[in-house]
Amino acid sequence: MNSSWRKLARSGSFMSGLLIVAFWTLCALAGPRVVPYDPFEDDILNALAAPSLMHWFGTDQLGRDVLSRVIVGARDILLVAPLATALGIALGVILGLVTGYFRGIVDEVIGRLIDALLALPLVIIALLALTAIGPSRLTVIVVIGIVFAPLVARTVRAAVLSERNLDYVAAARLRNEHAAYILFVEILPNVMPPIIVEASVRLGYAIFTVATLSFIGFGIQPPSPDWGLAVAESYGLINGGFWWPVLFNTLAVASLVIGVNLAADGIQAAVNA
Amino acid sequence: MGVGETVVKRAALSLITLWLLSALVFAAGQLLPGDVARAILGPLADPRAVAHLDRELGLDRSLPVQYWDWIVHFASGDMGRSYAYRAPVAPFVLAALWHSLKLGTVAFVLVVPLSIAGGVFAALHAGRPVDRIINLIGLSATVLPEFVTGIVLIMVFGIWLRILPITANWPPGAALTTQIRYLLLPSFPLVLVLFGYLARMARAGTVEALAADYTRTAVLKGLGPHAVLWRHVLRNALLPTITVTATQLGYLMGGLVVVETLFRYPGIGGLIYAAARDRDFPMLEGGVLTVGLIYILAGLIADIAHALLDPRLRLGEAE
Repeated sequence: MNSSWRKLARSGSFMSGLLIVAFWTLCALAGPRVVPYDPFEDDILNALAAPSLMHWFGTDQLGRDVLSRVIVGARDILLVAPLATALGIALGVILGLVTGYFRGIVDEVIGRLIDALLALPLVIIALLALTAIGPSRLTVIVVIGIVFAPLVARTVRAAVLSERNLDYVAAARLRNEHAAYILFVEILPNVMPPIIVEASVRLGYAIFTVATLSFIGFGIQPPSPDWGLAVAESYGLINGGFWWPVLFNTLAVASLVIGVNLAADGIQAAVNA
Repeated sequence: MGVGETVVKRAALSLITLWLLSALVFAAGQLLPGDVARAILGPLADPRAVAHLDRELGLDRSLPVQYWDWIVHFASGDMGRSYAYRAPVAPFVLAALWHSLKLGTVAFVLVVPLSIAGGVFAALHAGRPVDRIINLIGLSATVLPEFVTGIVLIMVFGIWLRILPITANWPPGAALTTQIRYLLLPSFPLVLVLFGYLARMARAGTVEALAADYTRTAVLKGLGPHAVLWRHVLRNALLPTITVTATQLGYLMGGLVVVETLFRYPGIGGLIYAAARDRDFPMLEGGVLTVGLIYILAGLIADIAHALLDPRLRLGEAE
């Protein structure tokens, strides 16, 4: 484990990814206290003002300061995406441990269900579910978490399959340990590395999905300064030459997604090495 | 296990997957809050009219009966009636599919040769800077959401350089070449997402084939580098890429929802988006189940193609 940490600290892609993610996390936490303007305050007379010394990133169609909104816009996505990932990992780990350890008919049935779920892209499943139960931060978290669960379960299951026949598991079984004890105390610590890799990769997908859902109006709802939402509200204006509200929010999404994936790449390399 | 047996087994599994998928889609429809007839007729409608419409739509029957009725009709091409358009769903889905097929074809025609060439080129220069650059481009292109790349492309090619139209809707009666020109910009975000994945597969396959014993044998028996590359390396390296291309079709469909919304293109993704926005559930179910069906079929075809092309499977040695 120690050598993995050292490898991570020396990994260029992990450190640069971590730096980007840390920057946006700081924005999300301290945002409201450091922004130059109130991100929710309209100033219609000053709408769509080009970037200037007063407003570095210009103002949007309601005259709100784009820089302030981009900084505070990190909040919702950095709340929803990690929570969705955590839910998916928690459910997936339980599902993967149980199916990998017990095999049999439960394993078969869940395997088929996973295939059926995988036959649809995440965005379409989410659209279906969010249309049925209505979009809110909570439903986005639950829907993404539930879709992630079988994907995580598949990875965990594969790892459990190679552990279940090892001596330490047989020893625990001979000691008459409870199945739950064997799964969570004996096997789980030994399958942590692939779970950590999976979690970092899933977080990247979760951010991708939350931003996309917000962009098409089924994710985070107004008046949140969320980036995907802001892009959706203002991309019709670029043809008129008002590029700044769109560009800065787009770059914010892009940097966060790339940051998380760089970090995930570094973690993957450190764990697999 | 021979090819025939493999195909039958895969087809049976596909049917089970399809059945589960249809149950999933149907179940989502049941989650919709409130009464469908009430939603169509409005809050002020006479309760008798609501009950009548419920009966007419078949909503007063038990759920298994409704599901069976829905799936039997779906199988015969009847996807129900749209709430929003008060018309059968199927023609809308078919027209949208045709549009998406055009867009998807442009994307695939661009991305398949591009990513295979990129992947093979990277593999032949493995470890050198050009390999790392291709890898980095592929990685960033794959992880960025389509609306992000789409908007950047619109800004660069449509607004700054003004060389490509920024909507996908060509003027009526446009020639094929004009249609393709209008489809270029919308297809780029899809190409970018697919490129990284396919190129990585092609690279991995080529690296593996280059290191394989049969390649060494071919080199040692004096075959020229081109013959080795075409006859031995690529044939083996590109097999997995074919399978992956088919599985990417599913992700392509997800991307279509965003791209078709962004470029206001009337394809299947745009249809699913509009149906979700209008809470037009029959339309949504029809569109979603069609997407799932296409994905499952593509996976099946890819597996069959793989079985036919892979000599190990063809000769019945494997498994």
